[in-house]
Amino acid sequence: MKLSIDIEKKFSGFSLQFATTVEGPRTGIFGPSGSGKSTLVSILSGLQQPQRGEITIDGECLFSSCRNINLAPEKRRISIVFQQSMLFPHMSVRSNILYGYRRCRSAERRIHPDALIELLKLQPLLERDTLTLSGGERQRVALARAVLANPRLLLMDEPLSALDDTLRFQIIPYLKSVSTEFGIPYLFISHSLVEMQLMADRAIVMENGRIREETTPDRLARKKMGASRYGYQNLMRFSGAEACNGMYACRWGGNTIFVSEDPGGGESLFELSSREIILFRKNPEAISARNLLQCTVTEIFLSDGRIGVELTAGGETLVAEIVPRASEELALTTGSAIFAAIKASSFRRLS
Amino acid sequence: MTPAMQLTPDDINAILLSMKVALTATILALPFGFAAAWLIVYKAFRGKVLLEVLVNLPLTLPPVVIGYLLLLLLGRNGFIGKTLQDVGIPVIFTWKAAVIASATVGFPLLVRSIRLGMESIEPGLIDASRSLGAPWHDTLFSVVLPLSSRGILAGSSLMFARSIGEFGATIIVAGNIPGITQTIPLAIYDYASSPSSTAMALSLCIVAIMISVTVLLLHDAVAGKIEKGRVR
Repeated sequence: MKLSIDIEKKFSGFSLQFATTVEGPRTGIFGPSGSGKSTLVSILSGLQQPQRGEITIDGECLFSSCRNINLAPEKRRISIVFQQSMLFPHMSVRSNILYGYRRCRSAERRIHPDALIELLKLQPLLERDTLTLSGGERQRVALARAVLANPRLLLMDEPLSALDDTLRFQIIPYLKSVSTEFGIPYLFISHSLVEMQLMADRAIVMENGRIREETTPDRLARKKMGASRYGYQNLMRFSGAEACNGMYACRWGGNTIFVSEDPGGGESLFELSSREIILFRKNPEAISARNLLQCTVTEIFLSDGRIGVELTAGGETLVAEIVPRASEELALTTGSAIFAAIKASSFRRLS
Repeated sequence: MTPAMQLTPDDINAILLSMKVALTATILALPFGFAAAWLIVYKAFRGKVLLEVLVNLPLTLPPVVIGYLLLLLLGRNGFIGKTLQDVGIPVIFTWKAAVIASATVGFPLLVRSIRLGMESIEPGLIDASRSLGAPWHDTLFSVVLPLSSRGILAGSSLMFARSIGEFGATIIVAGNIPGITQTIPLAIYDYASSPSSTAMALSLCIVAIMISVTVLLLHDAVAGKIEKGRVR
């Protein structure tokens, strides 16, 4: 998929100028509220018109002010997953899911409803009234509805913002797997850095209606580390958890990590703030923290007066955050061997 | 006063005619009312204010004024009346004139209710429908129409009730001809002018009350059904 956008829209007191080319299946659009993200969604889907510019997708022109082209929303084949799911209240879950599918030309129907219903585990919900669904169920139904319209692009407009943390991280695997399984590229719009890190390969950062930079979500998170209230969030996937001395021992690459919170069965996702990691030059031998990893420093970077230290241990990467003075005392350089101590209670389970 | 209701054959005719006029006026006005509400709520165009004023005018104008204007328009020398006369459809002083009078007077109530219903629809639902491949007319019938059904029902009930009670405009364009254009209010008016007919007038009043109560009950029952119909 190749999406070229070069548009301009002015409102009273706000203007949106957006010019870029989006390739690749998972692109994030990151920015605070009021930065123009939702306007961009409306413009791409044809619900709003820019004053000037051009939008093309895979060579087909969706909008062009100079050629006087403005494809109607129903002809663009761009589906939206809204923040507030926007399920039709007068229809059952089944009718909602099939709304776009029934309006899709048979030649364009690549995705079969049964396959998607199974993937999203929607079978038990099909005959339900949408008003009785929980927030997470609503978003799964909304996702199914958007995907079954067989779009060439999926716009996810803050699809997780209305959900609480537990649900958010339960929905993310669905969002990702649907896109991979059925080959639908998406634009993931969000103001949450962690969501960006989990959902996107590339991030377009917006501010006041302009593109401020194009980067990767990880680069963005590192850049924001020093100024952020929570530091850099290391997102770690653990597996094979076993109960051990009132804690849980999990596998993380070639390492064993002890966590206090029950990771449950299968794979689990934890976050660890860069500020929760203490670095030692030599092995401290006896400490209260239950995790002591022998690491190699692979990168040192500066972020708002703080030093970010990228560490590798057992084939996995971790970012720790220290003040410049500590960096000097530890005489850190790329390639240094170092010990990282992390309390078992510092890991926060996301899913 | 006699205990039983006293209804003459003319009174029965008046009741049946009232129902016929109110029902026809409501059914005829519905598509126009829906279209007008849709234009006002969803379309941005030049002259929208004019449309709004025009739609609401019968609400504030004295019905007699509306009746007189309709008479000028539909009369033998009127713009529309002449054309209709030429094709052999006389309107003035027939039950059709009563329908037109009722439809005109009740129209603002109908549009107001439908409009309120439409305005309560979350705009995102319309966006969702469009982005899922529905052209505007499809969205109109699959999302806007069902979701404004309560407003449509309320508007129709109001309009029907208003039409049953229509007097001022009707008496001017349709006259007060027993058996032909005399509706319940006109019949009561006739009775009210002679002191000996109090019982007859009262009987018709009771019928009018019964119709009004039935309309209200029917409205509530159907509204309840619509609400339940959503739980599928």
